Amino acid sequence: MLKMQNVSKIYRTDLIETHALRDFSVEVSAGEFVAVSGPSGSGKTTFLNIAGLLEEFEAGTYHLEGQDVSRLSDNARSRMRNEKIGFIFQSFNLIPDLDVFDNVDVPLRYRRLKATDRRERITSALELVGLASRMKHMPSQLSGGQQQRVAIARAIAGDPAFLLADEPTGNLDSLMARQVMDLLEQINEMGTTIVLVTHDPELARRAHRNVHIVDGQVSDLKAYGPRSPADDVGTEGGREAQPA
Amino acid sequence: MMRYYLRLAVRSFTATPGLTALTISAIALGVAVSVVTFSIHHLLSGDPIWWKADRLYAVTMDNYPINLPPEMHVPNVSLGPNQLTYMDATRLYASKIPERKVIMYRAEGVVSGGTADRFPERVTTRVTTADFFPIFDVPFRYGGPWTADADRNGESVIVLSYEQNARLFGGTNSVGRVIRWNDRPRTIVGVLDRWAPLPRYYDMANGSVTPPEDTYVPWGAGFGLPTSISATMQCMGPEAHFNIRTSECIWVPMWVELRDAASRARMQALIDNYWHDQRAAGRFPRPMNNRLTSVDRWLDQNGVLSSESNLLVSVGLAFFGVCLLNVAGLLLSKFLSRAAIAGIRRALGASRREIFLQHLIEAVVLAVLGALIGLVVAQYCLHGAYAWFENLRSESPSAAHVQFDTASLLWSLGLAALAALGGGLYPAWRAGRLPPAMYLKSQ
Repeated sequence: MLKMQNVSKIYRTDLIETHALRDFSVEVSAGEFVAVSGPSGSGKTTFLNIAGLLEEFEAGTYHLEGQDVSRLSDNARSRMRNEKIGFIFQSFNLIPDLDVFDNVDVPLRYRRLKATDRRERITSALELVGLASRMKHMPSQLSGGQQQRVAIARAIAGDPAFLLADEPTGNLDSLMARQVMDLLEQINEMGTTIVLVTHDPELARRAHRNVHIVDGQVSDLKAYGPRSPADDVGTEGGREAQPA
Repeated sequence: MMRYYLRLAVRSFTATPGLTALTISAIALGVAVSVVTFSIHHLLSGDPIWWKADRLYAVTMDNYPINLPPEMHVPNVSLGPNQLTYMDATRLYASKIPERKVIMYRAEGVVSGGTADRFPERVTTRVTTADFFPIFDVPFRYGGPWTADADRNGESVIVLSYEQNARLFGGTNSVGRVIRWNDRPRTIVGVLDRWAPLPRYYDMANGSVTPPEDTYVPWGAGFGLPTSISATMQCMGPEAHFNIRTSECIWVPMWVELRDAASRARMQALIDNYWHDQRAAGRFPRPMNNRLTSVDRWLDQNGVLSSESNLLVSVGLAFFGVCLLNVAGLLLSKFLSRAAIAGIRRALGASRREIFLQHLIEAVVLAVLGALIGLVVAQYCLHGAYAWFENLRSESPSAAHVQFDTASLLWSLGLAALAALGGGLYPAWRAGRLPPAMYLKSQ
C-alpha cells in the first residue's frame, strides 16, 4: 500500500537548512491501522504531507499502491490524492461558508462524479458518522466532535484506499476523542488503511502498530496487535513515545 | 464545473462582502469614467457620425490656380478646396461606385401655407440629391425622403425640418399637404425629427455651427437653378463669360458612402482618371490633389477636431488602469486571505488549474457586475454632462449616441474583460500556486 524508502526532506531558507526527514523508511500494508508518534518537531507532519502527496521530497522513493509517485506531475498527484487518499486534520479544516453536505461534496466534485452518485455517497458517509440529519448545518453550528465527524465523512465519501489523520483528536475533549477513535476503528475494520499521527500514547495503542519518529528518522517500530482490556499504559525498554 | 465555480463565487461574495463591494466599486468606477470619457470624446471630438467613420468621405479636387491671389484667403493650400465646381460635382455624381452619394448646396427660399395663420416667411433650403438623408442618417418623424426619380425629374416635393413643421402645422403629420416654396406648390413627403449635428460637417464651407436648413428640395429643383443660391462660393479668378454651371467657382459639397477599401480605391481611381482627362483639356493647373477625406480628418482639416478630447480619453484610460491595479490588489488580498481554503481544496484533490479557474471565474463575475454597474453610473453621468451642452439639448443625434448604445455596451464589456484578466489573472494564478501544506496546519 504505502512504501517509503530512504526518503529525505529538507526545508531551506536563506539562513537555515532543516532536515525534517532523514533516510526515512516505512511500510504500511493494506488494511493496517498504523499510529505515527514522536515529539514535537520530529517530522510527523512532514511524513504525513509527503505521504499525502502534499509535499515533494529530495531523496528516496515513495510507492503508493505499487506506483512510484516521486516524479508525478501536479495534476497526477492531485488526481491520486482525490481518488486514493482521505485527509483528516486536527483543526477539522471544514470550509466555513459551505454547509455539511457541500463540505463532504468537495472531493467528489473534483472527481467529476454525477450528482446522483455524489448524493448517494455523501448520504452514506454522513449516516456512517451519525450526522445525516445535519446536512444543511453550517460548520459553525456544530460542536468540535461533530465537525471532526463531518471531516471524517468528507474523507471517506470518495472511498479512498487509505486515510491520513493528523492528530484528529487534538482539539477534542476525551469523550469526543474516544468517539472519533471508535469511528476510525470502525472504518479500519471495513478495510480502509489508516495512518494516524498522534502524540497521545493512549491513542497510539489503539492502532495495530506504532511508528516512532525522532529527528526525522524512525526510531522504533512497535506492533500492538488488536487492543484488549488487559493492555495498559506503561514503558517498554525506555523507548515509550514521549508526549509532544 | 462552471456552475460549481459560479456557486462558489457567489458564496465567496457573501463571505467577504466588504472586499467584494470594494472590488466591484473599483471596477465600476473605472468603467464608468472610461465610458463617460469615451462617449464625451465622440461628442467633443466633433465627429457626430462616428459610427460611419470608415464609410463616409468628402470628395474634393484641387482646381486652385498656380498662383493664388492673396484675396482668396486660403489657410492651407495643400489641402485643396473643400467644395467642387458644379461641373465636377455633377460629373463625379454619375459614378455608380459609391453605395450612396450626395451633391447639394444651400439656398434661400420663401414658404407659405400650413395650418398656422402665418405670413410667408423666408426659409433656408438645402437643394440636395435624395441620398442626403440616408447617407447622413437623418431621422424622419413623418414620411421619408423623396426617390432618385424625383431628383432626375425635379419633382415638386419638399421635406420640412422638425422646427419648420412645428411653425407651419403645429408639429402634426403634414405628409401629403401642399405648401408653396418660392411661389411653387410642393407636396410634403417627409418631416424630419429633431436633428442638429454639431459640427455641421457635411457643409463646412457654409458654417460648422450653422443650424440645419428649414426645408429640403430635390436637386432637380435647381433646373433652372433657384435664384437664391446662398452657398459660400469661391471663384478661382476673373471669368469673361461667367456661367455658374461651367465656371471654376466651387460651391457644391459632395459626399460618398463607400462600402469597403476596394470601393474607396476604385472611387479614387475614377476621380484621378477624371482629373487626367480634365487636365488634358486645360483645367487643374496645380499637381493632382484629389481627396476622399473621412469625417474625422475633414473636421481636423477644417479646424474643428479637438486634441483635448483625445487627451480626455487618455486620461480616462489611465484612470481605468489605476482602478485595474487597485482591483488586482484587492483580489490578491481577497484570494490570499482564503489561502487556507484553497489549501484544503488542494488536499482534497483540486489541481492548481482547478483552483486557478475557480478564482478566475470569481474575478470574471466581479468584473461583469462592476461593468454593468459602471455602465448604469455612466449613463447618469452622461445625462449630467449632456445637460451642460445647452445648444445640444434634445436636438443632436450625437447626444442620442452619447447615451446607451451598442458601442458603449461593447466598450464597457471590453473593459470588464480587461478588468477580469488584468485584475484577476495574477491573483487567480497565485491562488493556484499556493503550497497547500503551509496553510493547512495554520487553518
